[in-house]
Amino acid sequence: MQEEIFISGRHLPKIDPFLEIWHWQISTYLFLGGLSAGILFFAALFYLLGKENDMKATIKTATIIAPLALIIGLGTLFIDLSHKLYFWRLYTTVRITSPMSWGAWVLLLITPLSILWVLSYSTEIFPSLNLKFSWLKNFQSFLIKNRKLMAIALIPLSIILGVYTGILLSAFNARPLWNNAILGPLFLTSGLSTGAASILLFSKSHFERKIMSKIDLALIFIELFLITHMLMGMYAGSQVQLEAMQILVSGDYTVMFFVFVIILGLLIPAVLELTELIGFKVPIIIPSLLVLMGGLIFRIVMINAGQLTRYLY
Amino acid sequence: MVIDTLKCVGCSDCVVACQTENNVPIGYCRDWITETVDGSYPKVDIELKSERCNHCNNAPCVRCCPTGASHIVEGGIVLVTADECIGCGACIESCPYDARYQHPDGYVDKCTFCHHRIEKGELPACVSVCPTKCMYFGDLDDPNSQVSNLLKERKYKVLAPEAGTSPNIYYLIK
Repeated sequence: MQEEIFISGRHLPKIDPFLEIWHWQISTYLFLGGLSAGILFFAALFYLLGKENDMKATIKTATIIAPLALIIGLGTLFIDLSHKLYFWRLYTTVRITSPMSWGAWVLLLITPLSILWVLSYSTEIFPSLNLKFSWLKNFQSFLIKNRKLMAIALIPLSIILGVYTGILLSAFNARPLWNNAILGPLFLTSGLSTGAASILLFSKSHFERKIMSKIDLALIFIELFLITHMLMGMYAGSQVQLEAMQILVSGDYTVMFFVFVIILGLLIPAVLELTELIGFKVPIIIPSLLVLMGGLIFRIVMINAGQLTRYLY
Repeated sequence: MVIDTLKCVGCSDCVVACQTENNVPIGYCRDWITETVDGSYPKVDIELKSERCNHCNNAPCVRCCPTGASHIVEGGIVLVTADECIGCGACIESCPYDARYQHPDGYVDKCTFCHHRIEKGELPACVSVCPTKCMYFGDLDDPNSQVSNLLKERKYKVLAPEAGTSPNIYYLIK
C-alpha cells in the first residue's frame, strides 16, 4: 500500500515545508550558555576545594568570559523573540512544566552573579585597574568576604543552566530527534567540556593545564558515550525516531555531525590531549579550539536537524 | 469536534470562512485540507479532511509555554493571549500537528474554535459554512450530545495518537 498526502490551503511561512522558527540565535545561545555554565562550575568548584592560588585561570582570569558570553547569549535570545516588547512576561510567572521558564529565571540569577564574581577578582585580573571610588572598593571587599556564598550558589545554578539547554529541546515531543532524555546530560557534559577547553586557553601554569586537560579528556569520553547512547536509543525507538536518526546517520547532517562534531570536535582533541598527557608537546590551543568548535557545531546540527523532524505531513 | 471524512469533499470553504471570520493575515491559515491517497488505480482510496489545532487535553504547547500565554480555558479550548506571548517559538516547536504560526505582528496565533462565536451560542465559522455538513461541534463530556453519539455509532481515528497529546478532533472513517 502506498500512501501519499496532498495538502491544500496550507502554506504557513517559516513552518512549511519544515520548521525555520529557531536559527543561529538559538544555537549560539545554547553554546554560550553551556560554555559559561562550564566556566562558572569549575571556578566555583575549585574555589571551594581551596585551589585559589594553584588554579589562577580557572578561578580568576577565565571567568571574565562567563558574563560576556551570557550577555551576548541573552542578546541573541532577545533577537530571536518575535514579540519582543513583551519579554518581561517571562518574569511575571513561574511555569514549572516549561524548561524555558526555568532557564529564564536561572539566567536572571546567574548573570549578575557571574558579573559580581569577576568584580570580586577585578583587581587581580587587571593589576593596572584602579577602582577610583571608595564605595566601589568597599563593595569589592564585601564581595571578597562573601565569595564562598557565591561559589556555593554558582554550583547548582551552573548545573541547572547546563542541563536546561538540553532539556529545553528534549521537552518537545513533536520533534523526535530532540525528544530523548539523554539530551540534558549530553548538553551539560558538552558545556562543561567547552568550559574546560576555554580555561585551558587562559591557563599559564603547567599544574593547572594538566588537571584541566585530564578533566576535559574525561568529559570528551563521557560525551562520546552519551552520543552513542542517544543514537542507540533512537535506533531502538519508534518509526518517527528512526526517521529522525537517519538525518544524523545517513542524511543531510551526517557529514557535519560525524566530521565536525565527532571526529574534529571529540576524537582528535582526545588524541591530542592524551599525547600531551603522555609527555609529548602539543600546543594546547589546538585541542581547545577544536573542542570549542565541536561544541558550537554540535548545537547548530541539533537545532537545524531537529526542526526537520516532525510527525505529520 | 467531529469531522466525517466520508462527507468531506475538500472544497476549502472552511479555510476561507476561517480566514474571513478571524482576520487571518494573508498568506497564513488556521485550518487546511489534506487529501490522503491510498493504493493505485483501479483500487484507489482517497480520504479528504479538514485539519486544524486539535485542542489537546495534554497540550504540549501549554506545557512548554514559559509565560502562560498558551492556556486551556473552561470547556477545553486551547487559546493564546497575545499580550502575554513573547514570540519565543517554544509552542510552535512543541506542536506535533504544526498548527501554530507566528502572526506578522509577532505573537503566536492559531485556531480558537471561534471562541468568540461559541460564547454567543454560535458554531465555529468553519462548521457553520460547510456545504456538506461534514463537521460537528459540541460537548464531548455530555454523553447525549450529537458528537458523543456519532463517536458511539461510527468508527473514528485521531491524528498522531502516538504523540501522546490526546487530541480532541475526531475523524469518522469507514
